Amino acid sequence: MIRARGLGKTFPAKGGGVQAVKSFDLDVERGELVAFLGPNGAGKSTTLRLLTTLLPATSGEATVVGCDIRRDPAGVRRSIGYIGQGDSAGHSQRVRDELLSQGAFYGLSRRDTLARADELIESLDLGALAHRQVQALSGGQKRRLDIALGLIHRPELLFLDEPSTGLDPQSRANLWQHIVDLRNRYGTTIFLTTHYLDEADQLAERVMVMDHGTVIADDTATALKDSLAGDLITLSFETATDAAAAASHIGGTAVGTRVTLTTHRGEEAVPHLIRSLDDARIPLVGVTHRQPTLDDVFLALTGRSLREEGQAHANNTENNNENNNENNNENNTEEAAA
Amino acid sequence: MNTLTETATATGSSIASVAASVAPPAMRRTNLATDTWNVLVRELRPVMRDPFSALFSLIQPLIFLGLFGPLLVASSGAPAGETLQWFVPGILVMVALFGTASTGANLLSEMQTGSHERTLVAPLSRSALLIGRALKEVVPLTVQAVLVCLVALPFGFTVNVPGLLIGLVLLAIFGIGFGALSYSVALACRSRDWMFWVIHQTLIFPLMILSGMLLPLDDGPAWMKVAAAVNPLSYVVDAERALFAGSLAEIAVLGGFIAALATAAVGLAVGIRAMRRF
Repeated sequence: MIRARGLGKTFPAKGGGVQAVKSFDLDVERGELVAFLGPNGAGKSTTLRLLTTLLPATSGEATVVGCDIRRDPAGVRRSIGYIGQGDSAGHSQRVRDELLSQGAFYGLSRRDTLARADELIESLDLGALAHRQVQALSGGQKRRLDIALGLIHRPELLFLDEPSTGLDPQSRANLWQHIVDLRNRYGTTIFLTTHYLDEADQLAERVMVMDHGTVIADDTATALKDSLAGDLITLSFETATDAAAAASHIGGTAVGTRVTLTTHRGEEAVPHLIRSLDDARIPLVGVTHRQPTLDDVFLALTGRSLREEGQAHANNTENNNENNNENNNENNTEEAAA
Repeated sequence: MNTLTETATATGSSIASVAASVAPPAMRRTNLATDTWNVLVRELRPVMRDPFSALFSLIQPLIFLGLFGPLLVASSGAPAGETLQWFVPGILVMVALFGTASTGANLLSEMQTGSHERTLVAPLSRSALLIGRALKEVVPLTVQAVLVCLVALPFGFTVNVPGLLIGLVLLAIFGIGFGALSYSVALACRSRDWMFWVIHQTLIFPLMILSGMLLPLDDGPAWMKVAAAVNPLSYVVDAERALFAGSLAEIAVLGGFIAALATAAVGLAVGIRAMRRF
């Protein structure tokens, strides 16, 4: 579906240019769902823009759905669907009108366009909004319209750039339902960027991590977590002295009254640790065991946390969007809970 | 969070079962003409849905006719009909100028959201995006032209119908070029939209005044005449006056078409380049 070799993009700038994407290699097979992770400015969006022919590459080559991005950009555009970060419908347009225009843009016959528009309006729950102006829609409704627009020609390959940024948890779940349905029903290949690690973790079987313009990891979420980050076990004690004694007995790092240690198969390690501390007569107050997340993977790879950067970005986007202000609180609560 | 997790588990189990793919709808190859038409139709849809705003746009040329016309008639001392014969073509060029100059402004909001990007990923030719958007301004211009002519008729204005039709074609060609230039300015200013208006205001008034559109330049200083001679809009204005008067074979008409075609060629070249760059 996608094959890229040494793909690169350098933006002209003072003092030699900024290398946004450095020699990018990629193979995506038909039917894969790939999540592309990385902090802001890592080069994710630029990569997507290269593959969708929005930007010309400065080096390397790529074929997308069998069309060369340099020699046949029009062929690439006909075969792919792209859902960008912003609202893709014109604000002064009506919902159904935009779908009809989009069908015409892709060369669908009038009859196919009408049929597809009505089909998408129904499957994306836009029925009640079909004759509404786009600017009157909520954030989640606009996003569903974006998906409908991206799917008008039923592309075999769909690119999504941060599809769920700025949405409330319910709209996110709803959006994902549609994406997963699409894939199950039509075998659509999906390549998406996201800031939400839990999404990538649960929904994509392949995760790619990009940082500073290069792909630094590419595997299943489980394999990445197993190889790059272990389970985190935190033991709490009455006093710092106990904690220090425990650390010297069972290993790990003592900080204040806590000892943290990283291990594989944490659930099996916990009973063993408790018995061992009992034998040494070090009174234990509490234990928590946490499975690794993709954020731990990112931390292990780069020494930075992706979650903080991602969250800052998500909040910014929302603050810019008046309609979503009420969602902001919900989202913060949700992040705090997670 | 819970909602997401539940949804994910509910659907996650069926991820592996990839259903047989359904044939996509047939996609015909599009060309410049169909692409332009489709872009134009999209641009006109909100106008059709909200005829009130379209009606409102008809008022602007009438204001100029009603408020500027009498002053011009009074100061020239010539009969009203003769002055209107000179002034009405100028009003229509002005409407075309202002209308197509705002092509870029319409684009600014579409660029700030993702809808411009969406049209760039669609298999549309780049020229069609420029031409379709500029033509959107030409459609109301036709209605405005008819209206202005009708209102001016009782005051002794006469119009040559073939001349009017050729005149509208001329304005459409010029409008495509000027609209494309406005589009390029919008692309270059996409992150600072106030900049678009600075450029717009700085250029549009000198262009307008130095074309002899509203006031004759015959009695102006020599430098103004030189400036008018390099302003393509002057040739368009002169051609429109000849066409409205029915002098279809006059050399000014040829000059107008050359100026309009040159503007269109430069506008499209710059516009397409801007689209590739930004």
